[in-house]
Amino acid sequence: MDLSSINPILLLASLMVAATPILIAALGELVVERAGVLNLGVEGMMITGAICGFAVAVETGSPMLGFLAAAAGGALLSCLFALLTQFALANQVASGLALTLFGLGLSSLMGQGYVGIKPPPTAKLDIPLLGDIPVLGPILFAHDVMVYVGLALVVAVWAFLKYTRGGLVLRAVGENHDAAHALGYKVVRVRVMAILFGGACAGLGGAYISLIRVPQWTEGMTAGAGWIALALVVFASWKAGRVLLGAYLFGGVTVLQLNLQAAGVDIPVEYLSMSPYLITILVLVIMSADRSRAPASLGRIFHASG
Amino acid sequence: MFLYAASGNAHKKAEVWRRNLRNDNILSAEWGNSRDTRRSRTNPRLRLRDVIAGKGQYVTENLLTINGLTKAYPGVVANDTVSFEIGVGEVHALLGENGAGKSTLVKMIYGLVKPDSGTMTLKGALFAPSEPRVARVAGVAMVFQHFSLFDALNVAENVALGMENPPKQGDLATRIRDVSETYGLPLDPYRMVGDLSAGERQRVEIIRCLLQDPKLLIMDEPTSVLTPQEVEILFATLRKLTSEGVAILYISHKLEEIRALCDHATILRLGKNVGTCIPRDTSAREMAEMMVGSAFEAPARAGRDLGEVALDVTGLSLNSPGEFGTALKNIHFTVQEGEILGIGGVAGNGQDELLGALSGELQSDAEAIKLKGEPIGRMGPTARREMGLLSAPEERLGHAAAPDMSLIENALLTGAQRENLMNRGFLKWADTRSFAKKIIEEFDVRTPGPDNAARSLSGGNLQKFVIGREVLQRPEVLVVNQPTWGVDAAAAASIRQALLDLAAGGTAVICISQDLDELMEISDRFCALNEGRLSDIRPAQGLSVDEIGLMMGGAHGMEVAHV
Amino acid sequence: MLRLEKRPQPSAFWSWLTPLIAVVVTMIAGGLLFGALGKPPIEAIRTIFWEPIFGEFSFYYRPQLLVKGAPLVLIAIGLSLGFRAGIWNIGAEGQYIIGAICGAAVGLAFYPTESWVIFPLMVLAGALGGWAWAMIPALLKVRFGTNEILVSLMLVYVAEQLLAAMALGPLKNPEGFGFPGSRNLQQYPSAHNAEIITGSGMHWGVVAALVAVIFAYILLNRHILGYHIRLTGQAPRAARFAGVRPRLLILFCLGASGALAGLAGMFEVSGPTGQISIDFNVGYGFTAIIVAFLGRLHPVGIMLAGLLMALTYIGGEIAQSNLGLPAAAIQLFQGMLLFFLLAVDVLTNYRVWLTSTEAA
Repeated sequence: MDLSSINPILLLASLMVAATPILIAALGELVVERAGVLNLGVEGMMITGAICGFAVAVETGSPMLGFLAAAAGGALLSCLFALLTQFALANQVASGLALTLFGLGLSSLMGQGYVGIKPPPTAKLDIPLLGDIPVLGPILFAHDVMVYVGLALVVAVWAFLKYTRGGLVLRAVGENHDAAHALGYKVVRVRVMAILFGGACAGLGGAYISLIRVPQWTEGMTAGAGWIALALVVFASWKAGRVLLGAYLFGGVTVLQLNLQAAGVDIPVEYLSMSPYLITILVLVIMSADRSRAPASLGRIFHASG
Repeated sequence: MFLYAASGNAHKKAEVWRRNLRNDNILSAEWGNSRDTRRSRTNPRLRLRDVIAGKGQYVTENLLTINGLTKAYPGVVANDTVSFEIGVGEVHALLGENGAGKSTLVKMIYGLVKPDSGTMTLKGALFAPSEPRVARVAGVAMVFQHFSLFDALNVAENVALGMENPPKQGDLATRIRDVSETYGLPLDPYRMVGDLSAGERQRVEIIRCLLQDPKLLIMDEPTSVLTPQEVEILFATLRKLTSEGVAILYISHKLEEIRALCDHATILRLGKNVGTCIPRDTSAREMAEMMVGSAFEAPARAGRDLGEVALDVTGLSLNSPGEFGTALKNIHFTVQEGEILGIGGVAGNGQDELLGALSGELQSDAEAIKLKGEPIGRMGPTARREMGLLSAPEERLGHAAAPDMSLIENALLTGAQRENLMNRGFLKWADTRSFAKKIIEEFDVRTPGPDNAARSLSGGNLQKFVIGREVLQRPEVLVVNQPTWGVDAAAAASIRQALLDLAAGGTAVICISQDLDELMEISDRFCALNEGRLSDIRPAQGLSVDEIGLMMGGAHGMEVAHV
Repeated sequence: MLRLEKRPQPSAFWSWLTPLIAVVVTMIAGGLLFGALGKPPIEAIRTIFWEPIFGEFSFYYRPQLLVKGAPLVLIAIGLSLGFRAGIWNIGAEGQYIIGAICGAAVGLAFYPTESWVIFPLMVLAGALGGWAWAMIPALLKVRFGTNEILVSLMLVYVAEQLLAAMALGPLKNPEGFGFPGSRNLQQYPSAHNAEIITGSGMHWGVVAALVAVIFAYILLNRHILGYHIRLTGQAPRAARFAGVRPRLLILFCLGASGALAGLAGMFEVSGPTGQISIDFNVGYGFTAIIVAFLGRLHPVGIMLAGLLMALTYIGGEIAQSNLGLPAAAIQLFQGMLLFFLLAVDVLTNYRVWLTSTEAA
């Protein structure tokens, strides 16, 4: 065992990379849940995004087109969820599970020709000057563009919810859909848009895994990242800033255990691989004391009578 | 004294009257029959509206004309060619029983529901709002009875949501402070709405409306959440508004209030306009008969002998399980066999919590609640039921009954123990069915049969079922919360009669209600819940409205409008 | 424009018809999907739904129906109890794995002793293992209010890692030439969950599934506990008013579904699969969710749905070898089934009206 082989700077830098997919997916889900909808299909949308992004990036040679396709794919899949829950008024828990099962099947069908291929590399933004700062440079300023997109998204979601009329309406719909309806807001329209946004974010997050983080395509490669993103929203008490904190915490645990595996720590690999999931459970337990922040209409079916 | 306030608007208003007097022929004060309104549609013109005794004659112009509005839902015609008119600066009452079609009508005016046929004219122009936004822009504002505030948002955010083009948060907060002071409705714009009392929540709704300079303010049962003192203040605010030319459509079934406040009343029954009257000149009894369609018997109250103390509550304190609930603080009372204790109070002052603490859903110190001397504070609902303490919560669907379950299954819900409906956990469905049938027969529950789901019943019928289910189990103590809320008058009378009969048979009855008339009608002693505390208990007979209001907490820090 | 109007009560007629509609619609959509993949659609559907029961080799496939259906039914029955009460155990796959590990571990601990006690002990261990694994989310929910959906799901990934660790470590076959995986229990008579009637596919797991169906039926329809489960799911506040103690109910529902999933895993590892290996679990725990919903959370419905789902597994395998249909297509097909079921379910609770488009 050789712990000195772990480079703290690389560790912190890769932490940001490891955190990005769940950060983006969780932000999307946060918006969905603030609108009062519980979409448990994040895992399914992520894996669909992962294969859509991968396939398009490989076919076109452009990772950016890949990411766009991933967002579109995730959003398209979330359309199904929106149809089920907003128009057919189906149970949201069951519909979310259906979405995940469907997404897993769909992705492995779509991904059959893509196993073992390398995707085109995504360029790193080597920001001149900033990237050259010792220690901080490689940690903060030498990543691919999606890392910064993720960070920008945190700010954007926070500002949208806090300062804009649209954000206020979205929160109102999530708090009390009957009241929002009585005031004349289009509950279903707001929710469908939130669901589509959540789907696009999950798709982006998934594509980040298949195009940058891993990067290759294997079946079921998201390995629970979507579920962890869901847990992250609870951890964050439905606040964008705390999603960032949670994602980095989780990214840190993941990266650390991978580093420990590489360093040959005397613990079987399987037990180290469990740790992110166990940490997630632990965090959920700690956070469940504070349940007051959940949007009041979360998961409830809205049906305007008359 | 509030009507003709010395404000800038008074001058303008006088101008309007003069113009109207010049231009219009004078019709009689009695109007509203269909021929009249049909004529006014083709020729919308200004007319003399009203004569108010002692206040002289005045004329107003028409603000809103409703003409033949019809709205049908599958199986029921909610509104059937309803026509009437509301004048500028008028308080117009819309009176009717539950299910008479009041809320459908109001939803059409507010743009939430589109009429099947019929038209509306606002200020002479055709008015067909496709959504509430359009109605608000046209000057129609609405104060809802339920469902329009967001607990987890602050006052300013709640107000902003009800406005078309809200100013920035800071400016809005200033405007909220200004308006709330002008109208005597103090409010902190940055408080969470969930932490406000029922009266304060209503202020949020009213201010939300006032900030938009409405021409027509619709108020749906506004006084159901207020103490008598608060009602007075609300009326002062409303009179100030009408003096500024705002018309108010006032929905209520409280006749005395309507007589005190409203210039005209339109009465709906089964979706039809059955008449219009001037409330000041009409007795409450006449209006009630128009509303109900027939006279019904008021409950008869037999003299009763009181027995031993059945339930003894001492020092009951309890935190509310809900985020925005009310904690119970040091509650003391006793009820004797054969007695009805009425517990009044404005909604949200601990009624749900008190019922929960008595039914066993919430547990307290063992000694805080004693049933016939036995401490039961730690027992759950099942054990309490076995001992004879039964209850019926306020919320029928989802609390007292499971909406999607059949009446048979709902009979089992509380009847399993005392009616002996199971054997070592195995259910006796045949016995349960006959218990359900017995409730249906003895309490005149209108339903095709016991296999029907609870939610298929009307509010009144389901409430009869719920009360009947407990009454038939011969309770030692029965606790009911809002036994006649949202129930039509005939069903309400029969429920009250059932409670009186039960007490006559020696049961101790605790009736928690927000309907003061009901409490005065049936209770022997009266007390009120205010912010989780119980007032002194006084004999119900001879209590004045003022005294009752003070027991309920007076005006809760509201102030009289600066007029 | 379509308009929905809530029915005064759920329609019994539609509640039985909607699963059938969902199956038919899925067949059509599946046929289109297979067509898009360049396979003959009708032939593919026929292969999946007809071949296993009435085809040339049905004598081989029919018993497989029971073998594949039993774990699905067993798990789905357990899940349905929780789902009815609004308690969402999504981690049956994990409980299935742990049940298998515990059952196999007990069996292997006795190796090579032969005794009739071993198998019953394994059954007990399997049930206990699944129960204990499900107790983690149950206790966390009861004690801290932690979301059981996420915890039970996270535990699936933990269980998968544990499975790998066991297959590579403590349970590895010492005579297996270093290959991962345990001894084959099929070759250890005392621990083997053999067919009760040779060639019928009827092993002890099938018996257990049938017993579970009967028990669940009685529980839900004839017993106060089942009534309380249904009441809690439909109206939680009314349940508390009726005297239900929600915490006990959570412990019971999660515990029961965990134990049944554990049993399923144990019967599988000691029978059809035979050994603990890294890829022992094939997703029965997730497919059982579809089975539970397709069966309308009703025990008899679940039994039929389990058989249908087993049919798609077997038919899918045949289509895979005969027509070259990808395995993922079958997975997708099953996912679609749940989708369509949820979509047509609206007919049970709502009337759908066709209204003329209203002017905006």
